Parts: sequence; structure tokens; C-alpha cells
Amino acid sequence: MSGVALRIWLLHPAPASRRQARLGRWYRAWRGLSRNGLAMAGLFIVVALVLMAIFAPLIADRAAVTTQSLATRLQFPSAEHWFGTDELGRDIFARVVFGARITLTIVGLVSAIVLPIGLGIGLPAGYFGGWPDAVLMRLTDIFLAFPRLVLALAFAAALGPGIENAVIAIALTAWPPYARLARAETMTRRDAEFVQAAVLQGASHGSILFSQIVPLCLPSVVIRLTLDMAGIIVTAAGLGFLGLGAQPPAPEWGAMVATGRQVLLTQWWVATIPGLAIVITSVGFNLLGDGLRDVADARSA
Amino acid sequence: MTEAPLLRVRNLRVTYPGEQGDVHAVRDVSFSLGRERLGIVGESGSGKSTTGRAIMGLVPPPGRISADELRLGETDLRGLSERGFREIRGRRVAMVLQDPKYALNPVMRVGRQIAETHRMHVGGGTRAARLAALTMLEAVNIRDPERVYRLYPHEVSGGMGQRVMIAMMLIAKPEVLIADEPTSALDATVQTQVLAVLDDLVRGRGMGLILISHNLHLVSAFCDRVLVMYAGRVVETCAAGRLHEATHPYTRGLLAALPTLEHRRAVLPQLRRDPAWAGE
Amino acid sequence: MAGPTIGGGRIPGWGIVRRVLRTLGSVTLTFLGLTVVTFFIGRVIPIDPVLAIVGPKASNETYDRVRAEIGLDLPLPVQYWRYLLKVLHGDFGTSVITSQPVLRDMLDVFPATLELAVLALLIGVVLGVPLGVVAATHRGRWQDHLIRLLSLFGYSTPVFWLGLIGLLLFYAKLGWVAGPGRIDVGYDDMVPTVTGLLTVDALLDGNSEVFVNALRHLVLPASILGYLSLAYVARMTRSFMLGQLRQEYVLAALAKGLSHGRVVWVHALGNVWVQLITVIALTFGSLLEGAVLTETVFSWPGLGLYMKNSLFNADLNAVLGGTMLVGVVYIGLNLISDLIYPLVDPRVRGQRR
Ligand SMILES: Nc1ncnc2c1ncn2[C@@H]1O[C@H](COP(=O)(O)OP(=O)(O)O)[C@@H](O)[C@H]1O
Ligand SMILES: [Mg+2]
Repeated sequence: MSGVALRIWLLHPAPASRRQARLGRWYRAWRGLSRNGLAMAGLFIVVALVLMAIFAPLIADRAAVTTQSLATRLQFPSAEHWFGTDELGRDIFARVVFGARITLTIVGLVSAIVLPIGLGIGLPAGYFGGWPDAVLMRLTDIFLAFPRLVLALAFAAALGPGIENAVIAIALTAWPPYARLARAETMTRRDAEFVQAAVLQGASHGSILFSQIVPLCLPSVVIRLTLDMAGIIVTAAGLGFLGLGAQPPAPEWGAMVATGRQVLLTQWWVATIPGLAIVITSVGFNLLGDGLRDVADARSA
Repeated sequence: MTEAPLLRVRNLRVTYPGEQGDVHAVRDVSFSLGRERLGIVGESGSGKSTTGRAIMGLVPPPGRISADELRLGETDLRGLSERGFREIRGRRVAMVLQDPKYALNPVMRVGRQIAETHRMHVGGGTRAARLAALTMLEAVNIRDPERVYRLYPHEVSGGMGQRVMIAMMLIAKPEVLIADEPTSALDATVQTQVLAVLDDLVRGRGMGLILISHNLHLVSAFCDRVLVMYAGRVVETCAAGRLHEATHPYTRGLLAALPTLEHRRAVLPQLRRDPAWAGE
Repeated sequence: MAGPTIGGGRIPGWGIVRRVLRTLGSVTLTFLGLTVVTFFIGRVIPIDPVLAIVGPKASNETYDRVRAEIGLDLPLPVQYWRYLLKVLHGDFGTSVITSQPVLRDMLDVFPATLELAVLALLIGVVLGVPLGVVAATHRGRWQDHLIRLLSLFGYSTPVFWLGLIGLLLFYAKLGWVAGPGRIDVGYDDMVPTVTGLLTVDALLDGNSEVFVNALRHLVLPASILGYLSLAYVARMTRSFMLGQLRQEYVLAALAKGLSHGRVVWVHALGNVWVQLITVIALTFGSLLEGAVLTETVFSWPGLGLYMKNSLFNADLNAVLGGTMLVGVVYIGLNLISDLIYPLVDPRVRGQRR
């Protein structure tokens, strides 16, 4: 099929098959997104981050992440050390590159916890309504009313510092919006004809939820997650800055800013560069999330 | 009609640029309005509201207006600045919208909303505006103006809300009023009362009224003259009393679709539409 | 003609009573939830609180005696009940570092945080609301894009990093503002404490020197926190405003001859405020959180710095007390926003829900 023919097939107003319809929908969403310059910039940043994390050993020297060299400490950026060196003489470029792995691990783990909890509470609440809904939503409201960072701080303090505990702390305070979202999406769908049809055919509640409703909730949940990524990254960096996240010598960006703080006035790059990495990453996720939301809004409007 | 018309419209066109080409919401509409009640009927989407808004200079961007003539009294409305329109709106031409539930600012007392128009156009300060608003409330048949003045829009019923709306639009004594489906959102029992208030004021002040509606019955009973619009065009103009003599097939279709008390129909007739009516 | 219907029913004010009762119910539940969470955090801590008191060398008997003394041998619900009673009496235990009751410590440091957060909120609202309005009225044009980017950076940037950059630029390089801390050492304790807000106390005392110095310290951390709230406030204002500008009453207001300015800034914005109240309350809560990091960067002697220091000295009472306090302020803000809502929105006043 030629490119033009493919496009016509994808955009066909009356798709012949379910697959054509689905692919067409994705293609239309992609066209909407690709027209938005800022969203594409965000996508570029996110993809670059992922590639950087995957191919970190090819981009930078793994040994340089932890190799200390007091003779060459606190050096200004140069051809040899692109981003300079820190107070222990470690190469900041290598640490920033490998730090991407930690950041992505954190957002990956947080999502892996938040999605099941959020869907697990929101879906039944929206699907069954009545008292399960009341109880689950009351629980959600309670968690929603908590100060996020402070609670994460208390969790991290109780569980001890470390990346796993930081993840748990963030996840425990991040799920309520997903529960609300999943509930709202489920409520608008549970009375739809195809769900009623499935009920009449004798499908169980569980299978209806998973095969009919979850796939329809996912797009908005994913958009919300993309927008939340930035917040998760910034919170994680904050915990790292306070010494409650990844422990030294791990190259966590927030912790790197904290160590650079002591030499801020004389060797500004030590704190500035890892901070820029955080900013660029979270700007990327925010731009992408904004763009995705615009596409979704345009489709539902 | 010997005196000069209040409003003159010749070949008015309104276009909204869109993804799939331009939408021609109004095409070559021409009419003139004297001290009379002119009805515009047509199905939803036929361009009635857009025509009204074009006269007020309130077509939302990116909509574009053009006309061979668009004249309010001596004032040419084509290419009139936003400033110029501001002096005209409310003062010389005003507009009553469909649903008072949405057309009144929910967080401002209704009295203040009426007085605001007065302050804007007549001046004379807050006290004068308040007095004028109270008088105006009385003029639209509200029994206890002092009390109603202090109410918020959600505290008044639909019929009263619409009378407040009329008061707000007529307090600065415009020459022309465009009423866009003014009774469509109201209970049937209240509709006639609101229309009576409107009729009273329009006749009493010798104003010109454009009554927009999708209800042919209402328009033919209330107006002197009727324009029938279809797909952005005026397809027929006739005196309200001679509507039964209408010749255009679309108008005939509308008439045939009207339910009557004499004979009930088992099957509602399908309204016939022909793309050719919009063409030329 | 039917008379006007008045929303409130027969008893005026009944709607308000219902509303307040409902709000109080939900506040109580949230508060209980908060205590349950802090209670469990206190229990799951790996550091053994008994061991912390008796020391590792104590005999088993001493250990058991102390364990019974602090009630750790009781069933969990009983322990929780005791904890709840203590919290309700404002008893959060004693701080290990200061040997003072935690509540006392917190009351000492909280005004510093309050001063910071209030000024930050003022900056955020005074600048954020107009920016949001302009973005909405210029939707899709360069003003909108610029404001969108400005706020995007606001909520993408870690406050601690921004604080460091701010110190580097405006304190070290340019010398426009004073450095870390609340006031220069030389001015310490020069004005009597009345409100605990240093700038206010200096004004009350009529001491302009202290006022200027305190303000020079305050302005940078407050602006940086304020930028974060500005970002959020501007974004929400923009989206509320776009919603209002689509409303029919806007068209009606234009049709009666009002200027665009009046329609936007009086009519539409009047309706936006109604929606913004909750946002502003939430923003204030998040400012308290941001204070933990900002205070660390600026050595600002407030609640955040207190909690952070307690954290690293394993002073769990102090950390949980701080969590509790911030949580209570959060709940209080929700309550206040619920209660002032009807003052701004006539539709809620006297409405039955
Ligand atoms: N803001 C707008 N943007 C694009 N198209 C519009 C807009 N407003 C109206 N239209 C289009 O103009 C046509 C006429 O609309 P309208 O004047 O509201 O009809 P009526 O009032 O007769 O129901 C419709 O096809 C409508 O879709
Ligand atoms: Mg219309």
C-alpha cells in the first residue's frame, strides 16, 4: 500500500474492520499530537531520556559515576569532563546520564503501584455505586486531603531512607486522583449499551470490568499519569535532596543538587547541572501530557 | 411604511472558517425593518441567530461578516469599530437571549444588571440608575420591584427572569430589539405573558422588533411579517396573515408539519429538504 | 403568574446549617484518617521506641517495664484510642532534640512558615489571577503561549533548586536581597514578639530598620514559593475563565453595550472567583509543603526546617507532630474554603443539598 493509500485507509470515515477503526483512531490522535509543536518537543525529551537511560553505558563511562579523584575535584566543565566534576572528583556528566535510570525507575515503580490501587478502588466504586462507592470514595477523599510531600516525608522517615521507601511514600500519596478518575470514567460507561449487552449475555462483573471498561478508562488514566510524572519526578528529587531518596553514591539528581549546595557560591555547576536535568525532564513530561490532553479534549468535544 | 427604515440589510454574509472548509452560516440575506414586528423562522442551524449577532457586531471570531449594506438608521455598521459598536449596543439595538437561566450573570443581583445598562448609556450615577431600573421592572409587569431588584438570577422563575432580561435590554431605549427565541426555554403558560410584555413595550415605544423562532405558529400569530430561512438563505418573505399563500416548498413543508387541532395525524409528514434551495 | 421561587425553602439559613454539618462530618472523618495514618507510621517504624529510651544495654526486665509504661503491650485499638485522646489534647509527646513538648516547639516555629507562605500566596494570587485572565482572553496568541510556558516552568521546577539558583543570582552575584535566615544576626530579638511574623512585629514596633532587613530576607524565598503558586493559580484561572467566556451571560453583557474589559474583569472574573477559592486554599496547603524544601535551602527557621532536622535526629514525635499540624491546617483550609464559598456564590447560599 502506498503512503497516500494507507492514509486514506486509516482516515476512512466508515472503517470496514475493528482493526482499521482502532488504527485509524490512533493515527488521528497522532496527527493531532504531531501538529502541536510543544507536545512534540515534550515527546522528544521523554524519548531522549528513555534512550539515554537504556544506552547509558554507551554514552558515558560507567566507572566514572563512582570513581573518586580528589586531585581533579570541583573542576569547571571542560572537554574531558563535559559537565565538570563534583566535590569527590566524580564526572558529573556520567552521573547525570546514569541518573536518568534512577529517575525512570522511580516513575516506573510509582506508576506500577498507583495504577492498580487507583483502578482497584475507582472501578468497583463507579461500577457498583451505592455503599461500596460511598465507602471507597470517603477513603479516597481522606487520602486526597493529606499533604503529599509531608506525608511522604513521614513515611520515608518511618521506613528509613532509600529509593524503595521513597517510591512507596510517593505512591501512597499519589493514587487518590486515579481512583476518582477511574470512578468517573466507569460511571459514564457502566450504563452503555455494550455493557448491558454483556450483562445480558451472562458475563461476570469481573470480566465486564476488565474486558469492557478498563480499556476505555486507560487513555484518560495514561494522560493523567503523563501529567503526573513531572510532579512525581520533582517530589522524588525533593526527597533525594533531603537525603530520603536514593542513597550515596547513587547518582540521583536531587541528591546531587544537595551535595552541590555546599559549593554553590564558588562552583555553581555542581548543583546547577543536575537541577537542569530535573527541570528539562519534568518540562518534557508536562509538555507531552498537555499535548495528549488537548488531543483527548478535541476528540471528546 | 413611508418613513426611512430603522435597519437595512442587503446581501449579508457570515462565514465561519472550519477544518473541512468554510461554513456559510448566512448567505446573501436581505431585508429591512421599520417600526414593525418582523419574524424570522427556520429550523435549527439555518442561520437565524447568526443573522441577529451580525447586526450586533457579535459574531465570534474567527467568523467573518460582509454585506453590501448594513445600516442602522444613518449609521453604517460595516467595518464599525468595537468602540462604535459599544455605543450602539444596548442604546440603539439590543438583544434578548433564549434562556434567562444562562443569560444573566449568576453572581450579580438582577437589579444591578439592569441598572448597569442604564449607567453605561444614560449616565447620571448609581441612584438614578437604580430608580430607572425599578421603573423598568414595573414596566415589565413585576409587582414588587424593590424586592426583585435584590434577587439573584437563580432566585427568579423563568418567566420573571425573561422579563428581567427584557428590562435590562430595553432600559436604555433602543430603537431595535432582536429577540432570539425569547420564549423557547419557558413553560407554555408563561410564554404568552412574556410575549405580551414584549409586545406592549415594542408598540408603546414604536420600536422595531426582530423575533427569531423556530415556531411558525408563534411567529405568524405575533408578527407583521415573516422571513423564512433555510441553510443560511431567506427562501421566502411574506406578510404573517398570508402565510397560507406561501409558495416556497420549504415553507409549505413547515406549514404542513404544524400540528393542528382539527385533524390529528397518524404519521407526521416528513419535512422535505432540497439542497437546491440553498444553492444558486 | 407564579411568584418568584426563593431557593432557600421555608426556613432561611437552613441550607447553611445543613452545609456546615456535612462539612464538619467530612472534616472529622478526614481528621480521624490522618490520626490513623500517623499512628501507624509511628508503629511501623523500624527503630524500636523502647530501645530508644532504655538503650541497648538494658536488661529484659527494664525493657519490658518501659514497654508496659508507654503502653506498647496493649492491643492496637486501645493504643490508638489513647493516641487519639492525646492528640486531641494537643499532646504530641516530647521532642528528643529540644526536650520540649512538640506542640510548644511547633507554635514557636510556625509563624515563620506562616509569614513565608502568606506572602508567597499573595504574590501567587495577585500576579497569577491577572495572568490567567490575560491568557484566556488571548487564547492561542503569543500572550497565552508565553504565560503557559511561564507556568509550565513553575510547576516543572524543583523549588529547592530554584531557591539555590535564586540565592546564587540575587544574593551572591547581584546583592539585591539578603542571604539565608530570617534576619541578620545583629537585629536578632530587637523587636518584641507580638504576632511572631517578623515584618509585622517590626511595623508594630515602628522599627523600620528591622522591617527592611526582615523584608530583604523574606522577599526571595517568598517570591520563589510564590512563583510556584502563581503557576498553578494562573493555569486554573485560565481554564475557569475560558469556561466562563463561553457562557451566554457574557454575550448578553456585551449585547447591552459593556466594554470587553468590564465584561471580562467584572462579570466573568466575578464568576471565576467562586471557583478559585478552592484552588487558593489548596495552593496555600501546597505552599506549606513547599516550605519544607524552601526552608531547608534558605535556613528559614520554620516548621519545615524543624521537621527536616527532627527527621535526621530520629525525633519521630516531632516529625509526626509536624505532619499532624500540616494535615490539620490542610483540613482547616478545606473547611474555610467550604464556608466562605457561599459568601462568594449566591447560588450556594441558602441552597438545599
Ligand atoms: N461560533 C461558530 N463557529 C462555527 N460555526 C458556527 C458558529 N456559530 C454558528 N455556527 C454555524 O452557523 C450555522 C447557523 O447557526 P445559527 O445561526 O446558530 O442557527 P440557528 O440560530 O438558526 O439555529 C450553523 O451551521 C452553525 O453550525
Ligand atoms: Mg439559534
